[in-house]
Amino acid sequence: MILDSKIPEGPLAEKWKNHIARGKLVNPSNKRKYEIIIVGSGLAGASAAATLGELGYSVKCFSFHDSPRRAHSIAAQGGINAAKNYQNDGDSVYRLFYDTIKGGDYRSREANVHRLAEVSMNIIDQCVAQGVPFAREYGGTLSNRSFGGAQVSRTFYARGQTGQQLLLGAYSALSRQIGLGTVEMFCNQEMLELVVVNGEAKGIITRNVNTGQIQRHSAHAVVLGTGGYGNVFNLSTYARNSNATAAWRAYRKGAAFANPCYTQIHPTCIPVSGDYQSKLTLMSESLRNDGRIWAPKKLGDKRPPNEIPEKERDYYLERKYPSFGNLAPRDISSRAAKEACDEGRGVGETGLGVYLDFSDAIERLGEETIRERYGNLFAIYKEITNESAYETPMRIYPAVHYTMGGLWVDYDLMSNLPGLFVMGEANFSDHGANRLGASALMQGLADGYFVLPNTIPHYLADVPREAAPSIDGPEFAVAELEVRDRTNKLLDNNGTKSVKSFHKRLGEIMWNYCGMARTKEGLEKALELIPQLREEFRKDVRVPGEGKELNQSLEQAGRVADFLELGELMCRDALAREESCGGHFRVEHQYPDGEAMRDDESFAHVAAWEFKGEDKVPERHVEPLEYEETKFTTRSYK
Amino acid sequence: MNVKLRVWRQKNSETEGSFENYEARDLNPNMSFLEMLDVVNEDLTNDGSEPIAFAHDCREGICGTCSCMIDGKPHGPETGVATCQTYMRSFKDGDTITVEPFKANAFPIVKDLVTDRKAFDKIQRSGGFVSVRTGAAPDANAIPIGKDIADLAMDAAACIGCGACVAACKNSSAMLFVSAKAGQLNLLPQGQPEKDTRVLNMVATMDEAGFGNCTNQYECSAACPKLISEEFISKLNRDYMSASVKKLFKAKAL
Repeated sequence: MILDSKIPEGPLAEKWKNHIARGKLVNPSNKRKYEIIIVGSGLAGASAAATLGELGYSVKCFSFHDSPRRAHSIAAQGGINAAKNYQNDGDSVYRLFYDTIKGGDYRSREANVHRLAEVSMNIIDQCVAQGVPFAREYGGTLSNRSFGGAQVSRTFYARGQTGQQLLLGAYSALSRQIGLGTVEMFCNQEMLELVVVNGEAKGIITRNVNTGQIQRHSAHAVVLGTGGYGNVFNLSTYARNSNATAAWRAYRKGAAFANPCYTQIHPTCIPVSGDYQSKLTLMSESLRNDGRIWAPKKLGDKRPPNEIPEKERDYYLERKYPSFGNLAPRDISSRAAKEACDEGRGVGETGLGVYLDFSDAIERLGEETIRERYGNLFAIYKEITNESAYETPMRIYPAVHYTMGGLWVDYDLMSNLPGLFVMGEANFSDHGANRLGASALMQGLADGYFVLPNTIPHYLADVPREAAPSIDGPEFAVAELEVRDRTNKLLDNNGTKSVKSFHKRLGEIMWNYCGMARTKEGLEKALELIPQLREEFRKDVRVPGEGKELNQSLEQAGRVADFLELGELMCRDALAREESCGGHFRVEHQYPDGEAMRDDESFAHVAAWEFKGEDKVPERHVEPLEYEETKFTTRSYK
Repeated sequence: MNVKLRVWRQKNSETEGSFENYEARDLNPNMSFLEMLDVVNEDLTNDGSEPIAFAHDCREGICGTCSCMIDGKPHGPETGVATCQTYMRSFKDGDTITVEPFKANAFPIVKDLVTDRKAFDKIQRSGGFVSVRTGAAPDANAIPIGKDIADLAMDAAACIGCGACVAACKNSSAMLFVSAKAGQLNLLPQGQPEKDTRVLNMVATMDEAGFGNCTNQYECSAACPKLISEEFISKLNRDYMSASVKKLFKAKAL
């Protein structure tokens, strides 16, 4: 397998500009002759579909939801970064680039990250022009706040629902193109297989989740914007239906899967309350602008928080990381919370929680200001816990939130399978081993609005201007048969255990052995347990109902079957990466003070895995990461 | 706690539906309503029966997928929340709870508690946007927008497109949904050039899709999980009136 990142020559700040200026183009009158399939309608999918449709390509966009607006980008709360320097606080493209490289613990590509920082400004302009109601100052200019891992205020936001507003902006642009007929929208269609013709991605097989109908679709290129795979952990901040099936099917058809072990555990989520729990809810990182995180100094201190005097509280982030304090990056904050709880200083019924306290901010700024900034978040907290965070500190605990790993792509966002492009959280490229807050929305929209529309012609220009491969071809027939076989096998299995019970057990294995802290022994154990569980699933899963109508158990069964394979790959990757970096913390590799110890000599590379066949050991390939502009330094937020 | 459920079961859009009774036992009051349905479904699956189909996804009140009519109220007894944010502590031990889908002519039932709300997408396509090419935008701070206007636009933009407004309305009107999207864009300077065509087209599409008329009783606003104000309906009426008169007299933009 060849992993050529195709990073353009020239100085870092000129690469993207030159790459567009010199790249191949498709003539405006020829664009409509090219069909492009886009799977997913979140920030990346919707923005790409709208932009490519507007450019004149024939676009088909697929979503398993009933409407493109339901994609889980909608749930992002805090904000989106852009190097606008509207605050005159010393921000620049370079600083956003540098913060993102450092935040990713020197495991991302310099050229990709610089491009991301460059186009960040266009995104804000675009969204404002669409009517996205970002927060504003009284004078009418845009407002900013700060986020973890940065010492400037560069985050734009729309109350606590920035993702919703950005997605609805992209959805409105997509809706306009659907109305104009440049984009054909396929809702309730789940992609269950990728079709490869002569070594290139040329189509997909879908199942209509409402009717069970299996359909073939062909195109000149296939683009995945299908999100991350955090639901492998079962309990996460992801939507219940978020899944890895599209990406996993592409992997099994030859696309490399990069850095699967890089998962982000978000520090501020509402703790688990019971066995029945179906999901974890995030409390936006923006709360750390005004909230102070602490745990009692005393072990097992069960007093209510208001009765614990100031001198018996440990504001551990402020103590350990005085220059960033409560705004330390996510991986660091999460591990610090875990440490406090592991020491026996956790709070709440389960002891798995720490406090996020607003009493100082309320005293300083008044309750009204806090309500204006975070009112909806406090309301969510109240709904779930029945407690008011205006009166008592929030209880928070880390939870799985994002996956930095994903399908391997080159600088043009094309995977090693020609014709297959991957955007947003589904690819691996821009966040390294840890994503900074407010960077996911930035990347999704950067890829969809500005990167892919400029890079996809580099591939299409060399594709003959003839019709896309016929869906009657043998490759489509075989792929459809595979889907039918898998579906029927699940339905006819007649086992005794529900899909959900398997998902839960897989999640427990992943959280215990491939979660916030990983050890060699633990990962080896997981690599024994997961194949056993997978075998049990194949023999004993029960999927009620039929295939010819809406069958939510069947949908989940297909997704969990794929998670049972992906989970194993994640553990394999975590085991092979003998270092700690970003969200990947190997207990064996740490400094005496507990900070993560990277090994730049042996591991400054992307690990991309190649599928070698059913239940066979995949092959690990390496793309070295070369740092021209920045120097490796031990990440310090002290 | 234990509750009894009366749940609407319907195989598909072609068949007739009916209520079935279930019992949900040993519930934790801090469980969400959907987690309670998960438990019931797990029992049904283990008994060899078919679980209840219900729409859900984000489970944090923002995606707009969940859509249960609970005891005759869209999203249940609490104010300003979606079904997924309704908790069992809102019910009493021993209660009988009736669960139905959001019913409306424009929202055909797919199965059990799942309805098809694609009519909302059609309305959005007819005018719920600002026509701006990707890359053609001026600097974001080039258009100052007063905080009061930006805040009002945000109030309207908070709509999650769930359809509770339609389900709550005796006429199945979609006026609150339409007025929220049109209101957001018509308030902002970016939305001015297409203000008139937007309201005319969106209202026409709403009528075509089979939604009923508004009689200003505002059950919609009371049922809205984001508590979007009925004042946006008044604004839509004003904008529509002005656009219609201009259209009728073919008025120039002088």
